Amino acid sequence: MGRVLPTLQKQHAPLASGAEQRATLATVPLARSFKEALAQSSLYPLRATGVDILQINVGKKCNQTCRHCHVDAGPDRTEMMPRDVMEKCLEVLATTDIPTVDITGGAPELHPDFRELVARSHAIGKHVMDRCNLTILLLPNYSDLPEFFAEHQVEVICSLPHYRAKQTDSQRGEGVFDESIEALHRLNAVGYGKPDSGLVVNLVMNPVGAFLPGNQASLEREWKRELKHRHGIVFNNLYTITNLPISRFLEWLEESDNLEGYMTRLVNAFNPGAAQGVMCRNTLSVGWDGQLYDCDFNQMLELGLAGDGPRSIMDFDIAQIRHREIVVGPHCFACTAGAGSSCGGATVT
Amino acid sequence: MDHYYNAKDLARFSEIGEEAGPLWQKFNAWYTAVFAGGALSEREKALIALGVAHAVQCPYCIDAYTESCLENGADTEQMTEAVHVASAIRGGASLVHGVQMRNKAKQLGM
Repeated sequence: MGRVLPTLQKQHAPLASGAEQRATLATVPLARSFKEALAQSSLYPLRATGVDILQINVGKKCNQTCRHCHVDAGPDRTEMMPRDVMEKCLEVLATTDIPTVDITGGAPELHPDFRELVARSHAIGKHVMDRCNLTILLLPNYSDLPEFFAEHQVEVICSLPHYRAKQTDSQRGEGVFDESIEALHRLNAVGYGKPDSGLVVNLVMNPVGAFLPGNQASLEREWKRELKHRHGIVFNNLYTITNLPISRFLEWLEESDNLEGYMTRLVNAFNPGAAQGVMCRNTLSVGWDGQLYDCDFNQMLELGLAGDGPRSIMDFDIAQIRHREIVVGPHCFACTAGAGSSCGGATVT
Repeated sequence: MDHYYNAKDLARFSEIGEEAGPLWQKFNAWYTAVFAGGALSEREKALIALGVAHAVQCPYCIDAYTESCLENGADTEQMTEAVHVASAIRGGASLVHGVQMRNKAKQLGM
């Protein structure tokens, strides 16, 4: 794989800090705050409706350094979920009716206990999702992951911003497209994306720039046609995800003088229907160190849970979390713009 | 006002409805329906719109449909080809009138 860049943390860049990111966003003049937008749609305060998904961020180490990464992940990151925190996550899963585990990172597969987390979650009847960057499947010691995923019925959610090489490599690094296509072939070879296999592979596309994703259904039709025609690849669903103005994407927005225009675009596209269905309402995010957040984005901005409830998975109490008030900020406009955006793609059809 | 075009005016497009609300609403409904996916995909329609935007040389439309093309998954290679299509039609439209020129010259000449 070609380009690997130093992370913001490695560069000692101010935007490596969540507080600095929040401060930068606060300087952007907006027509209304996110709280005002929610209030004008009778949705403030925004509250969780339950916990259907436990999203576990097992660490920030990644073999790629994508330009839009909201985690600032990369090979130079060392944060990894310690054993006792992972055990506590498994205990929470075993003792609650939370049906889905969504494992993310970094490249979550790089965590030494990743396979154990998957296997034990599957063994207690949980639906397991893995957010995979695809190229990891080509690295030595990881090439058997497609078979491992299939054995544990893992739903694999793969990042691929475009079905052509130019855009994908521009966002994710030179050579990433060709490796991603090879990885998708390997997933297809064990049955992923094939009818009646029961093995689900979904693709995620983020816009390669300061614009919103288009119509998810329309793009999915085109992607299925083009990936089949060009590469013989099949997949189940395409999820469109709007880039959050945080971390490396925020840095790029600033550098390219797109920050105010992008934020204005997000604010103008506020959709109350999308706000109603934001993922934080039924997801709980766990950081590598066990801290709890409303979503992976709040995690990167170091915005912990509000109220008097637990701050860490080590003090987990579902009763205090289930209907918590969600912590919001200007970055939330990305999840409520247009057709909405979540880890499962658009939230309004 | 020291220039005719201001990029920020695009966001004020709906102000044109202030003097003729019902007409604006009809235009808006029709416009939205035109660009919805149908026999042509939203991406194909955005590329057509981008070509037409260049043919009519509307800077607002060029801004709007560049963004729309990107949102709908088109890349700059495809968008550049769309601009060439528009340019070829404009160029061809001028050139084909050369036949009229030749007809008239033939009529007038000895």
